[in-house]
Amino acid sequence: MTPWPAIAAVAVLSFALKAAGPTALGERELSPRTRAVITLMAPALLAGLVTTGVAGDRWRTVDPALLVALTAVPLLRRCRLPMPAVLVAVALLATAVRGLTT
Amino acid sequence: MFQQVSPHKGALPRQGLRAGLRVGFTLGTASFLLAVSFGAITRSQGWAAAGAVLCSMAVFSASAQFALVSTLGAGGGVASAVVAAALVNARFLPMGVAASGSLRGGRLRRAAEAPAVVDGSWAAAPLGGGRFDRRVLFAASVVQWGLWGAGTALGGGLAPRPHLLTSLGLGGGAPAMFLFLLLDAPGAGRLYWTTAMLGGVIAAGLSFLLPAGPALIGAACASLLALARPLPKEDRDGPCRPQANDQPGTEPIQ
Repeated sequence: MTPWPAIAAVAVLSFALKAAGPTALGERELSPRTRAVITLMAPALLAGLVTTGVAGDRWRTVDPALLVALTAVPLLRRCRLPMPAVLVAVALLATAVRGLTT
Repeated sequence: MFQQVSPHKGALPRQGLRAGLRVGFTLGTASFLLAVSFGAITRSQGWAAAGAVLCSMAVFSASAQFALVSTLGAGGGVASAVVAAALVNARFLPMGVAASGSLRGGRLRRAAEAPAVVDGSWAAAPLGGGRFDRRVLFAASVVQWGLWGAGTALGGGLAPRPHLLTSLGLGGGAPAMFLFLLLDAPGAGRLYWTTAMLGGVIAAGLSFLLPAGPALIGAACASLLALARPLPKEDRDGPCRPQANDQPGTEPIQ
């Protein structure tokens, strides 16, 4: 059965979380200090997104094959491959490692 | 001199609508298979295909949607599933604050524009100095939104095996995408990399105890390192003013 109440609640909460900051700040200009902090949010959150994506649920579902495949990303990036090619390469490498270890 | 980080100027050009569409298509393609997986998983749990598509179009967050179906699939109640999804999406709070200066209009219009703040678009749109390229942000989000819904419809319609994504090695799409974006920062200095490392360490530690959402908020706190550095001279004299080389569509709200 489709959990319509859950879908509606998550949709409303997602919207509220995204809109809270812009709504509260309105048209106020951010201070230079605040803008400096915001500039660094990108690397902080990107690193966090990579880590939580690997960690899964409290580090209980870590995929070693994915960890190995992700180590190739810096090298692939250095080879100036576009993102779609890098993602395909990571998928293939993870599959290969999984196949070798099972 | 404070180094304004302007990532993505190399591999991902950010100016203009076309750049935003290109970024959106790249990011949307990467998440398309995740969307197919989501659609398949919801069908395996008895959802109507329309429900899965509506969920994707209304929530538009892979992590929250997977948290929702995972909790429900594990026998959790509606309340637990909603809380899990909301915690994962808590990261949108600092993201929304960060992008606020690049949204236009009064509070209502900014609230209406806020749904464009999604991980990939937000990460691809910064111009440095706390500003975001509006065209990249919105164009990339619109394209991803369409692909996300289409992928969910495909997954819900075809209903492939729920573990197809993992067995094909495609479960690492999201972390690989974010790692690519993190590394795509030509000219990034020591502060950028120090902040990234600190954010990763914080997220790693918090992930032992907390769900992904609060762990990500903790990671965002690494950006407070900016407070330890002196401001550049032009910013010490007052609020940031539009600069001569500002791009159209990126000026702060007057």
